[in-house]
Amino acid sequence: MTVPEHAPILTIEGLDVTFRRSTVKAVDGFNLTLGRERFGIVGESGSGKSTAGRAIMRLLPKSARIEAKEMRFGGRSLPECSEKEMRSLRGREIALIMQDPRYSLNPVLTVGNQVAEAALLHLGLKGKAGRDKAREMLSHVRIRDVDRVMDLYPHQISGGMGQRVMIAMMLLAKPRLVIADEPTSALDVSVRHEVLKLLDELVRENNSGLILISHDIRMVAAFCERIAVMYKGRIVEMLTSLSDARHPYTKGLIAAMPDPRHPVRRLSTLDRSVLEALS
Amino acid sequence: MTEMPVETVRAPRSAAAFRAIGTLFRIGREMTREPLGFAGCIVLAIIIIVAALASVIAPYPPNVQSLGEVLQPPSWAHWAGTDEFGRDILSRLMFGAQITIRTVFSVCIIIGPIGLAIGVIAGFFGGRIDAVLMRATDIVLSFPALVLALGFAAAMGAGLNTAVIAISLTSWPPIARLARAEALVVRRTDYVAAARLYGASRMRLLFLYIAPMCIPSVIVRLTLNMATITLTAASLGFLGLGAQPPAPEWGAMIASGRKFMLDYWWVAVMPGIAILLTSLAFNIIGDAMRDILDPRYDRS
Amino acid sequence: MSETMIEVRDLDVVFDRGSPQENHVVRSVSFQAAKGETLGIVGESGCGKSTVLRCIAGLESHWSGEIHLAGRLVGKERSRDELKSAQMVFQDPYGSLHPRHRIGMALAEPHRAMGIGEGWNAVAGALTQVGLPADFANRFPHELSGGQRQRVAIARALMLSPPILLLDEPTSALDVSVQAEVLNLMCDLRDERTLTLLLVSHDLAVIGHMCDRVLVMKEGVFVDELTKDDIRFGRTHHEYSATLFEASLLGDDAPDAMARGAEAGFGS
Repeated sequence: MTVPEHAPILTIEGLDVTFRRSTVKAVDGFNLTLGRERFGIVGESGSGKSTAGRAIMRLLPKSARIEAKEMRFGGRSLPECSEKEMRSLRGREIALIMQDPRYSLNPVLTVGNQVAEAALLHLGLKGKAGRDKAREMLSHVRIRDVDRVMDLYPHQISGGMGQRVMIAMMLLAKPRLVIADEPTSALDVSVRHEVLKLLDELVRENNSGLILISHDIRMVAAFCERIAVMYKGRIVEMLTSLSDARHPYTKGLIAAMPDPRHPVRRLSTLDRSVLEALS
Repeated sequence: MTEMPVETVRAPRSAAAFRAIGTLFRIGREMTREPLGFAGCIVLAIIIIVAALASVIAPYPPNVQSLGEVLQPPSWAHWAGTDEFGRDILSRLMFGAQITIRTVFSVCIIIGPIGLAIGVIAGFFGGRIDAVLMRATDIVLSFPALVLALGFAAAMGAGLNTAVIAISLTSWPPIARLARAEALVVRRTDYVAAARLYGASRMRLLFLYIAPMCIPSVIVRLTLNMATITLTAASLGFLGLGAQPPAPEWGAMIASGRKFMLDYWWVAVMPGIAILLTSLAFNIIGDAMRDILDPRYDRS
Repeated sequence: MSETMIEVRDLDVVFDRGSPQENHVVRSVSFQAAKGETLGIVGESGCGKSTVLRCIAGLESHWSGEIHLAGRLVGKERSRDELKSAQMVFQDPYGSLHPRHRIGMALAEPHRAMGIGEGWNAVAGALTQVGLPADFANRFPHELSGGQRQRVAIARALMLSPPILLLDEPTSALDVSVQAEVLNLMCDLRDERTLTLLLVSHDLAVIGHMCDRVLVMKEGVFVDELTKDDIRFGRTHHEYSATLFEASLLGDDAPDAMARGAEAGFGS
C-alpha cells in the first residue's frame, strides 16, 4: 500500500455546470480534494457524475457553462488553461478511460500502432522505440501473446482486451490523475473484476490519483477508499464505508440492489417523495 | 375466432392529421433557429407566392409581343429588360416560376411514393425480391439522367408533361436506395421483433412500422433532389424538349436569349439568375431539413 | 410438479452454416420449466443465452430440435394461436417501442394485429396494471423515462395474456433504483397471473433474486444448474459458476478497499 501524500493532486471547490438551454445545474457545488487515492463517484443516470468528470478534463460541449471557485490540478488552475495547455495535460497528466473501448479506440489502426502512437505523442518515442514501449505496456496489462495482439484491429479483440489496451495507452505516460468513467459497464461480468484490479494496481504503481465514476455502488466500494454519492447534481454524502451511509438516497440505493444471499420477496425501492422533500 | 364488437372505443381518426400538422409546426419552429435554412425558406416562399399570383402582380402579360420595345435593357419600366419580341422578361420569369414549381412538385409527388415503396419493399423482404428490385434500380441509376430524359421526351413528343415523366423516370433510384437502407435498419429493431411476436402481418409491418420510419429521410432527400430537378427541367427546356414556346419556361428563355447574349446580356442572364436562386433555395432548405429531421447529423 | 410450460429438447443453433464464419451458437441444449416457475439463464455476452430465448419466442429460424410451449410442439413459423402462448420483453427500453407510435397505440397493437378487436379499451387497464397513469396513452415513447418504457413493454407483452413471458435482460439498461421497481412489478405480475418466466441476464444478483432455478450457460451449453439455495449460500458445481459468483462481488472474499483504506488512515 502506498503512503498517502498530503499535497493534493486535484482541488475543486464549488464546481457548477449548467447546460445552455436548461435552468437546472447539471453539477451543483461539487467539492473535492483528491490525494494519491482512489476516489469513487456514485450516482444514477442524470446525477451529474460523468459531467463532473468531464468538466475536470474540460471535455464538455460548448453549450456547457463551467463555473468554479477553485479548480486546481497540481500547480495549475484548470479554468485558466488555454485549450493548447489542456491538450498537453490530457493524456499526459490526466487520463480518461471511457465506458466502451469499441468507441474510444481508432478502428483503422492496429492495436500496436495505436499504443505506439500514444508513446510518440506523450513520450516522444519514435519508430522501434515506440513499438517496444507499446509491447512493454501491453504485456504490463497482462495481454498474453502480445506480438499477435499488436497486429490485430480493435474489432478483432474482445471488450475486456480492448479496455486493457485502452488502459495501456492511457497509463503509458504515467498520468498523475486517472478518471475512469464506467470503465467496466460494457464488459462481461467475469472480466470486470480483473480489469478493475489491473487499473487499481497500475494506478498504485504510478502513485497517481484515481477517480472511479460508476453507477455500481458495490463495485466502487470494493475499490475506493472514499465515495461521493451524487444525486441531482449534488454530492449528498461522502462515505468511507457503505455501512456508514446516513442519507436516505444512499441507503435506498444500497437496499434496492438485489442480493440473493439475503433473499426478499420484494426489493425495497427509493421513496422519491422523501428525497424531493429533502432537496 | 369469436366475433368481437368492433364499435367499442375507436382511435381518434384525426390523430394522424394532427400529428402531421404538429410535425410541420415543429419543422417550422426549428427552421427559425437555422438562419441559412430560414433564408432559403423565405426565398422559396417568395418564389411560390410570385408563381401563384403571377397573373395578378406581373406588370405585363407574358406572351404579348410589343415590337416597339424589342431588347430593352433593364429600366424602371422593365426591371429585367425585354426580349427579342419586346416581352417583359420579369413578367415572363414570374409566369415561368409557375412552370418550374409545378414541374418540381409533380416530379416529387411521383418519385417520392415510388422510391419509398420500392426501397421499403426491397429492404423489408430481402432475398430475391431485394435482388431484383435493386438491380433494376442500379440499371436506371447507371443511365445518364439527362440522356434518358432526352430520349424519352424525344420519343413521346416534347411538352411539359413528358418532361415531368421523363425526369421522374430517372430520379427515383436514389430515393429507393435510401429507403431500402433505412428499412434494413428498421427491420432489425426490437419493436419490429415485438410486432412479429404479436402476429403483425407483413403488410402491417410494412405500412405501420417500417414505412413511417423511412419517410423523414425520404423527405429530406426529396428536398435536396428538388434542386437537381429544377436544373434538369431547365436543361430539357433549354434543349427544346420541355414546355413549348411561347410558354415562358426558364430554360427555353435562356436558349432563345443565347443568340443575343453578347449584346443583350439580360435576356439570358435573368432566367439564369432565377434558376440559380431557386435551386440554391432548395439545396439550403434540404440541408436544413436534414439537420432537423435526421438526428444522425446532430449539431452539438 | 405441475404441468410443464416450456420444454426444449436438443436445441441446436448454427448461424451461417456452411460459410467460413459458421457459428455454432447453441449446442444441443435441453431444459424445461413448470407452470408458475421462474427459470433463469445466466451467462456472458455471446454465450447463446439470448439466442435460446429468441428461438423459443419464434424470432429465429436457424435452429433444430424440439420446442414445446404450453404443451404444444411449435415450429419455426408460428400461427397466431401459438404466438399467444409466449411474449417477450427486450433489453433496450429505447429500442423496443416504435418511436412514432403513441403508448396507447403500442398497447392496442397486439389486439389489432391479432385481429381480436381494436384493443383501445384495454389500454387504460394495462397501464394501471404496470403502475402507470392511464393518460400516458397519449404520450410518445421519447416522453417517458427508461423505467416507464420498460413498464410499457411489459404491459404490451401481457396484452395477449400469454402464460409464458420471455425476458431478455429486462433491467440491465436501467438504474438500480428503477431496476428494483421493475423487478418488483414482474414478481407481482407473475404471482397474480401464475406466469412462467424465462429470464436471461448476465447479472447473477438479478437472476438469483428472481429465479427459482438458474442455468449457467457458457459457449452454447449449460455447464451448471443452481437452485435458489445454491445461490444463497454460494454453492456451485462448476468452476465457471464460481468465477461468475466471484465476479458479481457476491463472494464472501470480495475485497473491501474501504475497510482497508479506513485502517490505513484514509478518508476524512
